[in-house]
Amino acid sequence: MQKTEQVQYNRAGQKIVSPEYLLFEAPRTKHFMTGSEVVKEAVKRSSVDASVSYPITPQSEAAHMIGELWVEGYVGVYFRGESEFGVMSEIAGCAMAGARTITTTSGPGTLRAMENFPMWAGSRLPIQLVLMARGINSPLSIQPDNLEVSFLLDTGCMIWHAETAQELFDMIIAGFVVAEQPDVHVPIITVIDGFFISHTREAVMLPPDDIALPPYNPYKAPMPPIDMEMSPGRFLRDPYVMKSNYISYATHTSWQFEVRAAIERSRPYAKHLLRGLIEEFGDPEGEIVFVASGTAAAQAKEATQILIHEEGIKARVVRLKTLRPFPTQELIQAVQGAKYIFVPEFNVVGWLEREVRRALYGHVDIPVIGSPRVAGGMTMPPEFIVKEILQFLGKEVKHVV
Amino acid sequence: MAELGPSGYSPYPVAVYENLLNPPPGKALMFNEIVDEEIAMREAAKAMLTRDNPTIFPGPQVLYAWNEEAREKARLVRKMAEVLGAKIIPMYDYRPKYPKIDPEREINPNHPNLTIWHNNIKACIFIGVHCHYANVALKIIRAETDCFTIAMCGMAGHEDAMITLRDQHTEEIEKFIRIAEEVKRELGK
Repeated sequence: MQKTEQVQYNRAGQKIVSPEYLLFEAPRTKHFMTGSEVVKEAVKRSSVDASVSYPITPQSEAAHMIGELWVEGYVGVYFRGESEFGVMSEIAGCAMAGARTITTTSGPGTLRAMENFPMWAGSRLPIQLVLMARGINSPLSIQPDNLEVSFLLDTGCMIWHAETAQELFDMIIAGFVVAEQPDVHVPIITVIDGFFISHTREAVMLPPDDIALPPYNPYKAPMPPIDMEMSPGRFLRDPYVMKSNYISYATHTSWQFEVRAAIERSRPYAKHLLRGLIEEFGDPEGEIVFVASGTAAAQAKEATQILIHEEGIKARVVRLKTLRPFPTQELIQAVQGAKYIFVPEFNVVGWLEREVRRALYGHVDIPVIGSPRVAGGMTMPPEFIVKEILQFLGKEVKHVV
Repeated sequence: MAELGPSGYSPYPVAVYENLLNPPPGKALMFNEIVDEEIAMREAAKAMLTRDNPTIFPGPQVLYAWNEEAREKARLVRKMAEVLGAKIIPMYDYRPKYPKIDPEREINPNHPNLTIWHNNIKACIFIGVHCHYANVALKIIRAETDCFTIAMCGMAGHEDAMITLRDQHTEEIEKFIRIAEEVKRELGK
């Protein structure tokens, strides 16, 4: 007897397919797109229920284009919040009601909304935030810088850092799937470096737009969705849990550990859908190892090519795709044989250098050098990285930056 | 669960920080070992049949008739309690309890130790509890009591329980009851 297959469609009339089919198997065609346009394409294929937006450079265009998807019938609910704090609170309300949700922000907007991120995590809401990083400082800058990632690292959200628009597309889709696993179910922040990815065009391979992810099933959530009677998370008005002199420290300790445990549980799912938590590039025997994420990794790869082919220096890149969970074991394994570890970054504080030092401490005895580091919108040409390495090694600098 | 009691510098043990994750589909987690589901079920039944004041803590997913599966699971929980000679203390919702819970009659995920201390419970089964609340409660129980915890989860499991059974639906619960009956006979009870 011939096997019958039940075909399901979402609200936009797209055929529901498995995440594996959408990410790995569906035929793809080439497009020339900006990162912002890629956000639209990913959301279009993700059966998204709700999105809330607020303008701030450089994410405004992506937020606007999610609005277009609402007009076209691909997104169920879309509106503009009163501020970033409003947006992140309202999107939490949508998620508590059982919706698949996505929003976007950048730079100072991230900090204005800050209180909400640990609230999302503690309420176990699998909201996706696309962060197009632009840095935080006064005087204000709208240039590429990813300082705000530093503030987000300990909010209880998963954080993935895309290197390219292509990777952003795939990470947005995979992000929903991983974040919505019942044993994970914490927010996912997909980060790109603003302008470098959001506003430049690159070739992107996209699956057809008549297929989409299965809808979110809130009945598998680790907390019941909000109802007419109960407050979110079922902890408000409980003097032992919320803000009283009789507070239960045990509850709070356990709750906080549980949120972090949930991030750890995401490892196998993320590893599967991202094809590993790290990427290794360059000469496998390279003594110079760049550990980087996002655009800094892309620049380090270019520098590695120059070092290998023009300077005869064995070099390689260990690119971190996920920051939370931090790929500690993968990193320890990947840097074996290195003589020096360089951590190039687009921010003034060197948050990735701190993370790398913490992960490697007590496991490998290799000097970690937080360099090169640029901030405030400065670019990091590969030649600049090469110069830094050559000077460090006491070699002649032939390249002029 | 890797070991009972404190973990590292924290008085609160967290199994994932001891490199334990939930078992893969078809398997179970027993302390720090991935084992066949049947082996874990036998040990779970043995713990419930040999320790003092065994208790089943059913949660909202089996206490309320959301759907046919919930009804059937509720019936099986009663049968399981009979076979194991266990008490049933419900975690009937996760609402705030003011001024505090009645530990004779209920268990709350934020203060599960109160119920376990009050009733001197040495073995328990969590079933039908939403995953977040089960995880919060299991960590507190592990830190604050010497109760042997068993999680029968309809989803991916709970690594902070001493025995974790995942994807537990009516068929699996029936299997557990059959195994419990066998173990009971073997123990001459």
